[in-house]
Amino acid sequence: MTDMTNTPATRSTPTLVMGPVLFNWAPERLSDFYARIADEADVDRVHVGEVVCSKREPFFADRLPEAIERLTRAGKTVVVDALALPTLKRERQSVAALAGLDGVEIEINDMTPLALLPAGRRFAVSPLVNVYDEGTLGWFAARGAWSVALPYELPTASIERLAAEGARLGIETQLHVFGRVPLAISGRCYHARVHGLAKDSCQFVCNQDPDGLEVDTLDGEGFLAVNGVQTLSDACTAAGDEIATLLGFGVGAFRLSPQSCDMVAVAAIYRALLAGSFDGAEARARLGAVGLALPLGVPMMSGSWPATAGAASPR
Amino acid sequence: MNAPLTKIRPELVCPAGTPAALRTAVEAGADAIYCGFRDETNARNFPGLNFDQRELEEGIRFAHQRGAKVLVAINTFPQAGRTPLWHEAVAKAEGAGADAVILADLGLVAHTTEKHPTLRRHLSVQAAAANPDAIRFWVETFGIRRVVLPRVLSVPEIAAINAEVACETEVFVFGGLCVMAEGRCSLSSHATGKSPNMTGVCSPPSHVVYAQDGDELVAKLGAYTIDRTPKGEAAPYPTLCKGRFSAGGTIGHVFEDPVSLDAVQLIPALVEAGVTAFKIEGRQRSRAYTQAVVAAFRKAVDDHMAGRPIAADMTRRLAEGQTTTAGAYKKTWR
Amino acid sequence: MTDLALPRFPRLIDRIAGRLPTLPLDLALRRFVGSLADRHPSLFSRLGEHAGKRFLIEPTDLSFAFLLAPDPAMPRLEAVKRDASGTIPVAHDARIAGPLAALIGMVHGALDGDALFFSRDIVIEGDTEAVLALRNAVDDAEIDLPAEIAVMTGPAAGTVAAMLKAMRPLAERLTGVALGRPGETA
Repeated sequence: MTDMTNTPATRSTPTLVMGPVLFNWAPERLSDFYARIADEADVDRVHVGEVVCSKREPFFADRLPEAIERLTRAGKTVVVDALALPTLKRERQSVAALAGLDGVEIEINDMTPLALLPAGRRFAVSPLVNVYDEGTLGWFAARGAWSVALPYELPTASIERLAAEGARLGIETQLHVFGRVPLAISGRCYHARVHGLAKDSCQFVCNQDPDGLEVDTLDGEGFLAVNGVQTLSDACTAAGDEIATLLGFGVGAFRLSPQSCDMVAVAAIYRALLAGSFDGAEARARLGAVGLALPLGVPMMSGSWPATAGAASPR
Repeated sequence: MNAPLTKIRPELVCPAGTPAALRTAVEAGADAIYCGFRDETNARNFPGLNFDQRELEEGIRFAHQRGAKVLVAINTFPQAGRTPLWHEAVAKAEGAGADAVILADLGLVAHTTEKHPTLRRHLSVQAAAANPDAIRFWVETFGIRRVVLPRVLSVPEIAAINAEVACETEVFVFGGLCVMAEGRCSLSSHATGKSPNMTGVCSPPSHVVYAQDGDELVAKLGAYTIDRTPKGEAAPYPTLCKGRFSAGGTIGHVFEDPVSLDAVQLIPALVEAGVTAFKIEGRQRSRAYTQAVVAAFRKAVDDHMAGRPIAADMTRRLAEGQTTTAGAYKKTWR
Repeated sequence: MTDLALPRFPRLIDRIAGRLPTLPLDLALRRFVGSLADRHPSLFSRLGEHAGKRFLIEPTDLSFAFLLAPDPAMPRLEAVKRDASGTIPVAHDARIAGPLAALIGMVHGALDGDALFFSRDIVIEGDTEAVLALRNAVDDAEIDLPAEIAVMTGPAAGTVAAMLKAMRPLAERLTGVALGRPGETA
């Protein structure tokens, strides 16, 4: 097992996490991305592995060990993610195989791994798993969870209460602060549907949209984005002053979800924001220069949601 | 473990949004009805709908006198700091004599297993247990007796699940169709700020606005236009994922057409697949809907079990948007 | 738009009724809604916060409409005539409009409100949540209009009720409208 020095209890400074790549990036692009993150990004933890669609897994399977090894050598904690909606036999086998991985952490994206991981195996819980209340958080902590990333839609009051409960239980609570927000997952593939194809003969059209495919209202307003079987927000969440609030609650880790922009620069901006070098407004201003082609939105926690407060952006 | 799938007589599980709808469903032939309390503890927390404690007790008495069961849906996810409201709902349901509770939240399932060990626990579709491993986790850890299967599975996949799991399974056969995995969708939260998982209402009516714009009927959800339907076309059900949008240069129903699930013709295949119960969706629909759909499926199930063919096209008019689909049961739907 | 043959209210009778003073109708409506509040208290309690809303119930085939204010303390139901341009000049929070046959069918639980909405037979505007609360409350109340009307005739209620019930099958065949709760026929 790798050295667990950066388990939440021993760290005072907050953890910056690079979440799994949710989109269908070409294998070469993924390898370059992980190499650059390993060499240049000021993040503590990096997630790898396919979350959204098992049909994408084979393309990167042979390069994954090398990426993990390089990230580990660079001192990053590597977390391998399980599939979010496993239904087929081979998808269940792919989740079961995670138990055999050594020297890395595992993140669950639904309840399936809990039937396949040996009782003692520790795991992290992703924002796609429904942890809304203290009862669920407590059960996961007792079962072996060391980090719980809270659902994207949780209001501030729930985050505050669960962060406090997490601290009491000695586990890390985490929140998504940058990137399009995953809102739903389905048995149907929307990239295929928009291109007039079916999931079983999808021709991997989702690889044409590295940030997801925009879905606008009939009034031309940005509304959502589709990524195969997953649906996300149109806007790219960019937490600003909320970071200070979350730190105050005791949230221990902050997740950046990769989009096709300079994620090393994004990590540097959030590291500085976490250290209090500048305020949220300054951070959002700097995010204007990372080559992001998406409108910036406010986190769903802001309570002043509906999404128009930030996410809705006339095209 | 692929035990021979003997022909199980499916239980018809029917919706009851109000006490009157409960009586109507039982009289129309429901084997069981499902209902919820008049608060955020259940996933159809619509205005003017659902039961208080007294109404639930009366409803259970009425149903039990006529040999029907009552399942109480407590299938939303408790809000942090307010879990006692959900715990009380479980205690009230057991106190009223409910035959089972339908739960989704892991913490609430754990609480119910510990504090109400003899209360029969069903797993709501909102828990999204979509494969035999996930189902095995819930059955072995919390003694779940029945799982309502997510609407992402084809009939062959359902048959495979039934061959592998040790609990009953329940599938939707008619009514509003969620195209996203239920219990894992915050599209409505994104558009309105109100979360179905936490408050029990998707595309809440409080945020729905209909307005005539020229000869088009415009449906808005929160600040978003979710559909424009010209005169003469069926009005859309005000649900976000059934709206019309533009994506990839084309305009259309990107997520799902405004259709209703109608799997009446698949009853033989679903019985063959070893399903225990057929669920009709629509607690937020009227008594007339309940009477018509329950009677139709009562006849269809009885006809099938007696070896008679199933009549077609009896429930189309009650469908949302008046066209129906077999949903994910047919693989091509994906 | 619908394969549901929703009959229209006879135009001639409507025109005659339209010219009559509304006073007798208003008196009858006030007694009716008062009796309704006594006999169906849960109808009003189910409305919750929406009991304070004003509902415009507009039969599109009549020359007047009904304004319902279901406040349990002082329920009001009034007839409002159309103005010269054919609109109903009254302030309201929510509007439900459709042929009289559709509205009566919904009250009696013979027709499904959602199906009528999908087929564009009824139109809903304004406070959608209030409309849903009213639809669900009325649906639960299992109102039978002939029985409610009979009760209003006081001591003669028994005979009037029996008479209305006997006439109902013929009247329904003639008008094509569900004139009472299904399953309540003689």
